Amino acid sequence: MRSEWNEFVGGKWDHEINVRDFIQRNYTPYDGDESFLAGPTQNTKDLWEQVLDLQKQEREAGGVLDMDTKVVSTITSHGPGYLDKSKETIVGFQTDKPFKRSLQPYGGIRMAEKACADNGYEVDPEISEFFSVHRKTHNAGCFDAYNPEMRACRSSHVITGLPDAYGRGRIIGDYRRVALYGIDRLIEDKEEQKASTGRVMTDDVIRLREELSEQIVALKMMKEMAASYGCDIARPAANVQEAIQATYFGYLCAVKEQNGAAMSLGRTSTFLDIYAERDLRNGVFTEEQIQEFVDHFIMKLRCVKFARTPEYNQIFAGDPVWVTESLGGVGVDGRHMVTKMSFRYLHTLENLGASPEPNLTVLWSVRLPEAWKKYCAKISITTSSIQYENDDLMRVTHGDDYGIACCVSSMVIGKQMQFFGARANLAKCLLYALNGGVDEVSHKQVGPKYRPVEGDVLDYDDVMAKFTDMMEWLADVYVNTLNVIHYMHDKYCYERAQMALHDRDVLRYFATGIAGLSVVADSLSAIKYAQVKVVRDEDGIIVDFETTGDFPKYGNDDDRVDVIARDLVKTFMTMLRRHHTYRDGFPTMSVLTITSNVTYGKATGNTPDGRKKGQPFAPGANPMHGRDSHGAVASLSSVSKLPFQYAQDGISNTFSIIPGALGKDDKVFAGDINVDLN
Amino acid sequence: MTKGKIHSLESFGTVDGPGVRYVVFVQGCPMRCLYCHNPDTWEMRDGTLTDPQEIIDNYERNRPFYENGGGLTVTGGEPLMQVDFLIDLFTLAKQHGIHTDIDTSGIAFRPENKELIAKLDKLMELTDLVMLDIKHIDPEKHKELTSQPNDGILAFVKYLDDKNVDMWIRHVIVPGLTDDDEYLYKLGYFIGQFHNLKALDALPYHTMGKSKYEKLGIDYPLGDTPPMDQKALIEKKQVILRGIKDRRAEMNIPHDDSVMLEG
Repeated sequence: MRSEWNEFVGGKWDHEINVRDFIQRNYTPYDGDESFLAGPTQNTKDLWEQVLDLQKQEREAGGVLDMDTKVVSTITSHGPGYLDKSKETIVGFQTDKPFKRSLQPYGGIRMAEKACADNGYEVDPEISEFFSVHRKTHNAGCFDAYNPEMRACRSSHVITGLPDAYGRGRIIGDYRRVALYGIDRLIEDKEEQKASTGRVMTDDVIRLREELSEQIVALKMMKEMAASYGCDIARPAANVQEAIQATYFGYLCAVKEQNGAAMSLGRTSTFLDIYAERDLRNGVFTEEQIQEFVDHFIMKLRCVKFARTPEYNQIFAGDPVWVTESLGGVGVDGRHMVTKMSFRYLHTLENLGASPEPNLTVLWSVRLPEAWKKYCAKISITTSSIQYENDDLMRVTHGDDYGIACCVSSMVIGKQMQFFGARANLAKCLLYALNGGVDEVSHKQVGPKYRPVEGDVLDYDDVMAKFTDMMEWLADVYVNTLNVIHYMHDKYCYERAQMALHDRDVLRYFATGIAGLSVVADSLSAIKYAQVKVVRDEDGIIVDFETTGDFPKYGNDDDRVDVIARDLVKTFMTMLRRHHTYRDGFPTMSVLTITSNVTYGKATGNTPDGRKKGQPFAPGANPMHGRDSHGAVASLSSVSKLPFQYAQDGISNTFSIIPGALGKDDKVFAGDINVDLN
Repeated sequence: MTKGKIHSLESFGTVDGPGVRYVVFVQGCPMRCLYCHNPDTWEMRDGTLTDPQEIIDNYERNRPFYENGGGLTVTGGEPLMQVDFLIDLFTLAKQHGIHTDIDTSGIAFRPENKELIAKLDKLMELTDLVMLDIKHIDPEKHKELTSQPNDGILAFVKYLDDKNVDMWIRHVIVPGLTDDDEYLYKLGYFIGQFHNLKALDALPYHTMGKSKYEKLGIDYPLGDTPPMDQKALIEKKQVILRGIKDRRAEMNIPHDDSVMLEG
C-alpha cells in the first residue's frame, strides 16, 4: 500500500475507487461526550473577526462587496486568495479574494448580467457579446426548445422555480476521493472508464466519452489550482490537515464552476475522522490543532458566495448556498457512524457562533449514542442551526454512504446524482380544475380547456375527478419541461468537476416537487366535510369561496384529512412516473418548499380552505399556520403519514418552538427526559 | 365507558409533568382563581364529549414521543369534577402501561362524601402522580384568591399521603398576591410533613391568559400585575424549600435536595 495509507486497514478501497469501503473498515465510532473538544485558537478568532468584518462591510454595501465582471470563472481562472495567509490552515477562495463573487455565465448570460446590474456592476461587454452571440448558454437552449404551453405554465407560476436560467445544483461530488486517492489516481480511473465505453458510437456513447473527457480536464485543472496554493493533491493526503484541504479543494472546484441552486458537501466528517484518529495516535497533531483545521474549513464554507439577483434571493429568502453536510447516522452493519469529527463539526457552531451555512444536518436514528443526541439537542437549543433527517427511514433505501443535497434530497455519494426539478403548484392546479384551465389571477387559458365546475356548491367527487384530470395534464407538461431543462444543462452547463468525482455510471434521480400540499388537502377536506360555495366574477371565473361548517384540517393527526394529503402525494407521483424522463432519470418527488412557499402563495388566488389570494403556503409538508390545534406531536404525525416511497426526494417540516415550550429550563430536549420520581 | 367533557387535547405537553406528555384539558372548574390563565375551561356546561378509548388511541398512535419518562396528564379545568371519566380513562391507560398524572386543585375533595371517597380510592390505585396546585396556605387568603375554601384541599394532601400516591406540589407565585415569605414558608412547612411529596414546582405568574379574558368578555382581575420575575421566583422557591426542610428535619424524614429542586 501507499505510504500515505500506512496503518489503514486495506480492502476493496485500496485497488478500486470505493470510499465507503475505506470508511467502514477504518472508522472508530465514538460513544463519549463533548468534553474532549477544544475551543478556538487565537488564529481562528482573528480570522473569524476578519470574516465578520467582511460580512459587515458586505451588508453595508447593500449585500454584495465585490463582483468579478471580466473573468469567467473556471477551476483555474483565479489566482490564490487569502484572508491572512500566515494564519489560515485551510486555504482557498472561489476568486482571488474573499467575498468577491465570481462570474458564471454558462447557466444564462442574462441572469449573470442582471445579478451584476442589480448590484451596481456591469458585465464586461465583450463577455456579454461572447455569451449572447458566440457561445450559447443553458438558458438560451431551454427557450429555444420550450413550447408555448411550457412558457405559459412558467409565467403563470403553476410550475415554478425552474432551473432554466441558472445552475441546477443538487449534485454532490465525492470530494473525499480527492483526499483518499489523489488526483493522479482519479485521472487514471477516468481514463480506464473512457476506455471501457461501448464501441458503437450511439448518442449515449458519444455523450459519455465527451463527458469523461471533460471530467479528466477538470481533474487536471484541480491539480493545477491546488498547486497555485502550494498544495500537492496529485497524491493521496498524508494527514488530517491535508485530507481536509484536499476535500475542500474538491468542493471549491465545484463552486468555482457552478452557481447551483444547492451546492452541498456530502458526508465528510466520519471519513476525515479516520485521519484525525491516526494523527492523534501518532502525535502528529493535537486535538486543538485538529479543531483549528475544522474551524478553518467550516469558515471557508461559510464564505462561499454566488452572484444572484434580488428575485432569486426573494424565492430562497436570502442567497443560500446549501452547503449541506450530513453527520452521524447508522451503518448497515449496525454500528453508529458518529465519530469525534462529527462532534468537531457541530462544535464549530460554538467556536465560530451560529450560522445557517454550512447546513449541518444530523442523520438521526433512535440508535445514535446518547451523548451525541444530547450534544445535538444542546447545540440546537443554543444555536437553532441544526437540521435533522430521518436516517432510519432513508438507510433502508440508500444504505450508509448517502448524503443530503440542499435540504432533504438524499443520494448515495459518488454513485447517484439528481436533476433538480423545482416544483409544481398543486394549489393552483386545483383552481385550474375548478375553472377549466383558466388562470384565476391572469384569466388566461393556461391549462387545457376542460369543463369547469358548474353550480354554486362544490361536490367532492366532481372536484376530485376534475382535479385528477388536471393533475395528469400538469404532470405531463411538468416532466416535459424538465426534460428540456436537463438536456440543455448537460449540453451547455455540464458539471464536469462534480461528475469527475462520481462513478462512470450514475443513477440520475429525476427530481420533481410539489408546493401547496396542505392548502390542497385542507381545501379538499372543506369541500368534503363542510359546504363550499363558489363566488364567480363577471367573467364567470371562480375567484372566491364561502365555506359553511367546520372541516378536519391537516396537522391534527386526523385521518379524515391526512389520508387526502397522503393520497395526493401518491397520485401525483404515480402520474409523474408514467412519463419518459431524460437519460432514464429515476423520477422522485419532494414536498419541501422551505422558503419559496411565500412566493408561490403570492401567485395563487383564493383557495377553498379559506386561504386568501397572495397569502403564503405553508412551508414544505407543514400544516397551514395556526390550523394545527392539537400540539406538535399531532402536527408531526400528520406529516409523518406522507409516504416516503412516493416522495423519495424528501419531505420537510419546519419546526420552530420557543425555548420555554420545551419544558422548564429546556430540560426536555437537552437530555433530562427521565425525571426520577423516587 | 364514561365520556369526558373535554376542552382540548395537547399532543406535546412539556410543562405538565415529567417528560413529554399527552395532555387532556377537561372542561369545567368551580374555582375562580384571580390569576387563572385558562378561563375558557371554567364553564361546566361546555366541552366536547370524548370517549376514553379515543384518547388512548391518540396516545398509542404517537407512543414513541411519550416514552423515556413521559405519559398522560389530565388537567383542566378541574379533572376531579369528572372522577368516573378519570377512572375509565386511567383503567385503560394502565392496561396500556401508560404513566398517569392528574393535575388538580384538590377542590373537589370531600372527606365526608363516602361515595366520592370510594371512587377516589379506586382512581388512586390507577394514578402514578398527582400534581396538586395549592393556591394559598392561608384559609382567608385562599378564599379571596379563588372564591373557595382550602380545608378540603389540605385534607386531600393527607389523603394522598395515606394512599401513598406520589405528589408534586405546584404553587403559582404572583407578585403582591402569593409571594409573601411568611405564607410561602408556612406552605413549605405544611407539605414537608408528607412522605409522598416528590417535587416542588414553583410556577411564575404570567400574563398570557389576558387575551382569553378579552375574548370571553370578562374583566381581567389582575389588571396590570406584572409577570413574575425568573430570578425572584427562584428566591421564593427557596423560601418554600426552607419550610419543607425544617419540617423534615423535625420529623426525621430524609430529604433529597436534588429531587426537590427539579420538579
